[in-house]
Amino acid sequence: MTAPRDKLGRPVVVVTGMGIMTSLGNGKADNWAKLVAGESGIRTITRFPVDGLRTTMAGTVDFVSVDPFSSTGLSERMAELVTEEALAQAGIGAKADFPGPLFLAVAPVEVEWPQRRELGRAVGAQDFTYDDLLRISGGGKYSAYHHRFMFGSVAAHLAETFGTKGSPISLSTACASGATSIQLGVEAIRRGETDAALCVATDGTVNPEALVRFSLLSALSTQNDPPQAASRPFSKNRDGFVMAEGAGALVLESYEAAVARGAKILGVIAGCGELTDSFHRTRSSPDGKPIIGCMNKTLADAGMTPDQIDHINAHGTATPENDKMEYNTTSAVFGDLISKIPVTSNKSMVGHTISAAGAVEAIFSLLTLEHQRIPPTINYDNPDPTILFDVVGNKARDARVTAVMSNSFGFGGQNASLILTREPA
Amino acid sequence: MTDTAAKPGQTEVWITGIGLATSLGEGLDANWAALQEKRINVDEKGFAPYIVHPLMPVTFDSQIPKKGDQRQMEAWQRIGVYAAGLALDSAGIKGNKDILSKIDMVVAAGGGERDLNVDTGVLTAEAKGANAPGFLNERLMSDLRPTLFLAQLSNLLAGNIAIVNGLGGTSRTFMGEEVAGADAARIALSRIASGESDIALVGGSHNGERKDLMVLYEFGDFNLKDKFAPVWARKDHAGFALGSAGAFLVLESKAHAEARGAKPYAKLSSVVTDLARRKQSGDMEATLEKLWAKLPKREGKGAIISGATGAEPATSEERGFLKGHADVPVRATGTMFGHTMETQFPLGLALAALSISRGALFPPNDSTGTEIEMQGAPTQIVVVGAGHWRGEGMALVEAVK
Repeated sequence: MTAPRDKLGRPVVVVTGMGIMTSLGNGKADNWAKLVAGESGIRTITRFPVDGLRTTMAGTVDFVSVDPFSSTGLSERMAELVTEEALAQAGIGAKADFPGPLFLAVAPVEVEWPQRRELGRAVGAQDFTYDDLLRISGGGKYSAYHHRFMFGSVAAHLAETFGTKGSPISLSTACASGATSIQLGVEAIRRGETDAALCVATDGTVNPEALVRFSLLSALSTQNDPPQAASRPFSKNRDGFVMAEGAGALVLESYEAAVARGAKILGVIAGCGELTDSFHRTRSSPDGKPIIGCMNKTLADAGMTPDQIDHINAHGTATPENDKMEYNTTSAVFGDLISKIPVTSNKSMVGHTISAAGAVEAIFSLLTLEHQRIPPTINYDNPDPTILFDVVGNKARDARVTAVMSNSFGFGGQNASLILTREPA
Repeated sequence: MTDTAAKPGQTEVWITGIGLATSLGEGLDANWAALQEKRINVDEKGFAPYIVHPLMPVTFDSQIPKKGDQRQMEAWQRIGVYAAGLALDSAGIKGNKDILSKIDMVVAAGGGERDLNVDTGVLTAEAKGANAPGFLNERLMSDLRPTLFLAQLSNLLAGNIAIVNGLGGTSRTFMGEEVAGADAARIALSRIASGESDIALVGGSHNGERKDLMVLYEFGDFNLKDKFAPVWARKDHAGFALGSAGAFLVLESKAHAEARGAKPYAKLSSVVTDLARRKQSGDMEATLEKLWAKLPKREGKGAIISGATGAEPATSEERGFLKGHADVPVRATGTMFGHTMETQFPLGLALAALSISRGALFPPNDSTGTEIEMQGAPTQIVVVGAGHWRGEGMALVEAVK
């Protein structure tokens, strides 16, 4: 029997339930089968016209219906479905009675174009000002839009549906949000505030303005044809990330509580780390120190050394800058070991699920531990000669995997890393 | 219910820095003086019929020296970065690389202002018949300022604070309107109390002078119109007047503060938050009562600082809760500062700590008799933050013995 506390005397935090959705499909089984088969979920966007856009493909989730449609509504529905899957697996609590808090990573919320256009039409004139829009917004006709576009609306809905305890936290740390939601859950359990936490991350924001925003920052791939080949992490001809939708949910519990109720343990969140980069709004400090510090903090938090990590689930966005910076920093942390550690980027297949990515990739890392098989980085036929990772290129690889480091880096200097293991250390 | 109360063996958490930039002024002295004079700064004309509490102009250069940085931000971020800088100054750690490189941040944020000209331009062109499939895409590609997105992203308030001040600890941004401010304080407090963190910067900022926000709240008929009245006097003319403000606190373990010789304004003893269902009348009042009971026992000279919005039915529910504690003097920050959304709770914490450190609660500013005079120095102030729509929070701020 393993000790219920880690090397630092804190409760060990385990995962007992997982749910996932990406452009590849709904659920762990479907996603994993397609992921190890090297399938891409990236396709030409059909949800809205793409005329005039530089990027016309994305990893959209088109098999979930939401009416009336909004990105926030889709985020909410996906979060609900992945939470159902995670709770069914964990078998924890009772229906609508989850015994712990909710930490939700969600994209910032705002009124969206369909609703704005509805207002514009309702003014009923050819020429009008913003004041005219404001004037007709009241009276109760659009009260549902107030409720929909509250930042806390998705979390409140999930909290009520699943009966999580206390005030649900909605958080954003940009592309690291999913990892942060897990970190907040881990900390709450380690502090002894709760035996269980529900960590959910969701992002359904493939809409025209979101695409334009990332396009204007030159962050997106424009290799539209064929869309499946657009996301090229670690390749010489990578040219940006591919926006994508998805969601992930994890039920975290203290090892002690999980064992006490006879739950099946799917893996351990052995370490979490976070370190802010104050260099620039969108670029990492050129010396890479904040990312290096983040990884080192995570190793220290797990009480582990670099030689104990045998797989890295990279942030691997396929932007020219990220992948290079990620290699430089990771190799600084791992030294000579780096050539022997298989590295993969799930984003080659599912794209960048932004707010959800940290959780989606943590779940893929846990599935990697379970299956002892590393999903490939597809579109890897023209390796960047300056990135000397042992990239698991194009074909899945069987490997002995005991500990995975999963990295997330976001705009605003957000860096977060997780270490996931099969068994408590 | 989730709660953060100092447990035996846990460290005391002190408030060692406060930064305020509000409609009443910048800094602690200006805000305190305005409160003493019962001054209220409302603009009833600029957004008529809506009423706002506009930011008292500040010289951003003093906290955001690089013009390039200022240009990368919209007003809500500039206000926040400014107030955060004041808090670091007040704690005496501005420029202290050792501390700033490890300080943790928990920021409560909404999103940034939209470009109203772009939005209106698209809609009026469509009204005039522009209906090509790619019309919206093309207009957004050509009309949106490339870096506007960064001025809108919620977590870029924290990002900008880090960039301007060189912060290098953890950085978390909580969203979710009013209660996000309470949860930010709750998580920062529990991390310090448990030893996960030594020192944290907590707060939020809000630009209330925004028509895009007014549209959102107008959907729910939440905006105060035509005539200003104190929060407690709005029952038959309900609504909130948006306010502009930045409020940040430096929270620090007692040991960390003592080691560097920092003096506390007050200590933050407990923060509790919850999500009432608000399906039936009385739900929210019952939740506030539950939170009140969860706070540590109070025996000192107490007061309540409320973030009541003036919106209904939330304000009436809160008034119902307060009636059960009618002997405790109460002050509504919404009357003086307007409704600053995510910032209202940190603002309440700041005013509680300030009142305790100045040895007096600020005077009532109310026509209904809900706010009564208080004699003597408060030693325990409960900060109440109930959202206009969802979310409830409460905190206990106490004098350091």
